[in-house]
Amino acid sequence: MDTLEKGWIQKLLGLPPVASAHGQQIDFMIFLLHMLVLVLFIGWGIYFIIVIWKFRARKNHRANYYGTSTHVSTYIETSVAIAEAVLLLVFSIPFWAKNVSALPTEKNPLKIRIVAEQFAWNIHYPGPDGIFGKTDMSHYDKASNPLGLDLTDPAAQDDVVTLNQLYLPVNRQVLIYLSSKDVIHSFSLNIMRVKQDAVPGMVIPLWFTPIKAGKSEIACAQLCGLGHYRMKGYLTVLPMEEFDKWLAEQSAAAKSSSEDSFWN
Amino acid sequence: MTSDHNAHHPKVGFWRQYVFNTDHKMIGLWYGITALFFLFFGFCLVMLMRWQLAYPGVALPVIGKWFGESRMPDGVMLPELYNQLGAMHGTIMVFMGIVPLAVGAYGNVLIPLMIGAPDMAFPKINLASYWAYFIGGVIMLASFFVPGGAAAAGWTSYAPLAVISTMGQTMWIIGMVFLITSSLLGAVNFLTTIIQMRAPGLTFMKLPFFVWAQFITAFLLLLAFPPLEAAAVMQLMDRVAHTSFFMPSGLMVSGQPLQISGGGSVLLWQHLFWFLAHPEVYVLILPAMGIVSEIIANNSRKPLWGYKAMVFSLIFLGFMSFIVWAHHMYITGMGTGISSFFQATTMIISIPSVIILTALFLSLWGGSIRFNTPMLFALAFLPMFGIGGLTGLPLGLSTPDIHLHDTYYVIGHFHYIVAPGTIFALFAGIYYWYPKLTGRKMNEFLGHLHFWPTLVCMNFLFMPMLIQGLAGVSRRLYDGGMEYSHAQGVMHLNGVMSYAAWIMALFQIPFIINILLSLKGGEKVNDNPWGSTTLEWATATPPPHGNFAFDPKVYRGPYEYSVPGASVDYTPQYQEKVI
Repeated sequence: MDTLEKGWIQKLLGLPPVASAHGQQIDFMIFLLHMLVLVLFIGWGIYFIIVIWKFRARKNHRANYYGTSTHVSTYIETSVAIAEAVLLLVFSIPFWAKNVSALPTEKNPLKIRIVAEQFAWNIHYPGPDGIFGKTDMSHYDKASNPLGLDLTDPAAQDDVVTLNQLYLPVNRQVLIYLSSKDVIHSFSLNIMRVKQDAVPGMVIPLWFTPIKAGKSEIACAQLCGLGHYRMKGYLTVLPMEEFDKWLAEQSAAAKSSSEDSFWN
Repeated sequence: MTSDHNAHHPKVGFWRQYVFNTDHKMIGLWYGITALFFLFFGFCLVMLMRWQLAYPGVALPVIGKWFGESRMPDGVMLPELYNQLGAMHGTIMVFMGIVPLAVGAYGNVLIPLMIGAPDMAFPKINLASYWAYFIGGVIMLASFFVPGGAAAAGWTSYAPLAVISTMGQTMWIIGMVFLITSSLLGAVNFLTTIIQMRAPGLTFMKLPFFVWAQFITAFLLLLAFPPLEAAAVMQLMDRVAHTSFFMPSGLMVSGQPLQISGGGSVLLWQHLFWFLAHPEVYVLILPAMGIVSEIIANNSRKPLWGYKAMVFSLIFLGFMSFIVWAHHMYITGMGTGISSFFQATTMIISIPSVIILTALFLSLWGGSIRFNTPMLFALAFLPMFGIGGLTGLPLGLSTPDIHLHDTYYVIGHFHYIVAPGTIFALFAGIYYWYPKLTGRKMNEFLGHLHFWPTLVCMNFLFMPMLIQGLAGVSRRLYDGGMEYSHAQGVMHLNGVMSYAAWIMALFQIPFIINILLSLKGGEKVNDNPWGSTTLEWATATPPPHGNFAFDPKVYRGPYEYSVPGASVDYTPQYQEKVI
């Protein structure tokens, strides 16, 4: 997906392509802000060059005590304040309220738990029953049960746990419950314009809708120790049917292996 | 600057004269020398990091072997060392380089001179402040040599990573406690001095803008540092006494449950840290604005435009800086209410900054501008600080911050503010006030040789960071982002930035030579070589112990340049009649 066709904003600012429903809004704000930045900087820059040329001592031997009596600065400051107020009230706050704070708008989003640890992403699907099995660290095993899933819980039987492999269906809202086992990590899907700290002791929900199928990466955006730079996961967005098929296969495999471990 | 210039003070021994001298100028000078050393040291750390970023996993030639097996086996940097360098670069630059130089050195040397006072209000507290800083610095340096090396959890020392990291973090906390103590002692001193010891006639609205900037800075230090000091002690307790102020229940580290009581809050540390660290940003920038204002007024030969508006903006900035801290925490899981509050305060605080910058730009209009080295640095400060401030806007709103948070965009943004911003102002000030302390000017040719390449390199160093950040490259990556496919298109910029940093280092040599050689070889000048109006130029050069041989009185505002009807283009504050 990193090779997806970019829109003109992404090309102009060198942003990654967008593959989520809300991503374009974030990019549009980044675009507006940079236009404001550019206008101010170029304006100041032109003024600056003129003034240091025009008022150089060699040409202008005596300074004017009173300087300029212009009110332009007041207008500039007022316009900056208005521009900032618009960006804040019209764009940023409504976006946050609708896309970050609020619950998913679909009734039945795909629910996933993601538990970060040094230096990997544990990804937990509830399976076809839609219920996460109970977890408790007394069941923890580094290799076979990194989330401490209680395999005696009926709801856990069909659960799918992957390491660093996040599969998502396209065009369906996904609700992720993000947490961390050890230190702060930050779950970052550049292409989806999703970034959320995984804070130990907290379970933080986040949601978004992938709108393009393909592959990309999960990055850790918060310094989490020696392996921070390679705390990479993989994102695969599949068409709905393919995703359902993948989940069913994984779930069946998990079920049979949990039965195995029951008899062993 | 030595005390034996004054007949009332008998000659004292070496230790009393240089090391335990309570004269504010000597303390300020010590602050300056120590801080310049730390700035250089902090820059060296980043030059090492830039090798690893430009050539990930390649052995560092020649000097690589000196670092030992635990840091750079066969000259190849380990992530252990990279993270230490990152954390200590930030800590050293902010707490041991820029603040001690901008506040400790500039404030100490100049405030009593500018307000016509014989010394600081509490000379011994002043000396204690320096030595607390010195001890803090030594502890920080020593931390590189303890088992596991120095602190490696970022200059922000977020829990739980900082709590579970090696012994260097304990050293970091203890070092910070000394540095904070130093700042608190200094702040109390500055405030008392400015409030109590101004010369007759020097009302607050006649203070040089530099003194105002130091005044507000001292308030910020006094009010913002204690919460961090408390937080640092709490983190120390978490580390050594196994309390759990910042540690929640149920932590598993490397597959092992952590043996702690739990129940603490991870985010509490961030709140306490940023409650200091945002005002700290203004501690880094306000003294720089003060220095630049003095130099611009002097070298444009006219009063500052909108002095009153600048002062009120400064006071407003000071207040607002206490209620913007959580804009560093937008993606920790904030609701709409709290994120709206901090976005609104962040947008509001940008207004007084814009007013001050605009006033400085407009001050140039109608001037008779002299382009000496201090003025070049002061002028370059304006657009460079402008870039730094403007790139803060996309980060100050929570929605664009989703993409830009913790990327190189943030690094580019604050380095523009602090490096070609604050550090340029500090350079400008050194060139500007050097003649007051030594009686000689620094060399103009070497000054230009320092300024122009440094300006170019700064931009080649920090502009690519903004580009990498927009592409989504995270900060604090040991390989600079090589691991990630989304970063591939901008990885070549790492080489550009590294060479910019190394070349910039070379062009600091003219500066160092200039400082040293001008002591003996600089052009000899009189007591007021720049034709300046403020009180520090009224006294002898170098100013004797006690500063003024007469009782200075102030008759007018600080920037009476080119007064209509006057025969010379400056009318000093201390001069009774316009001549």
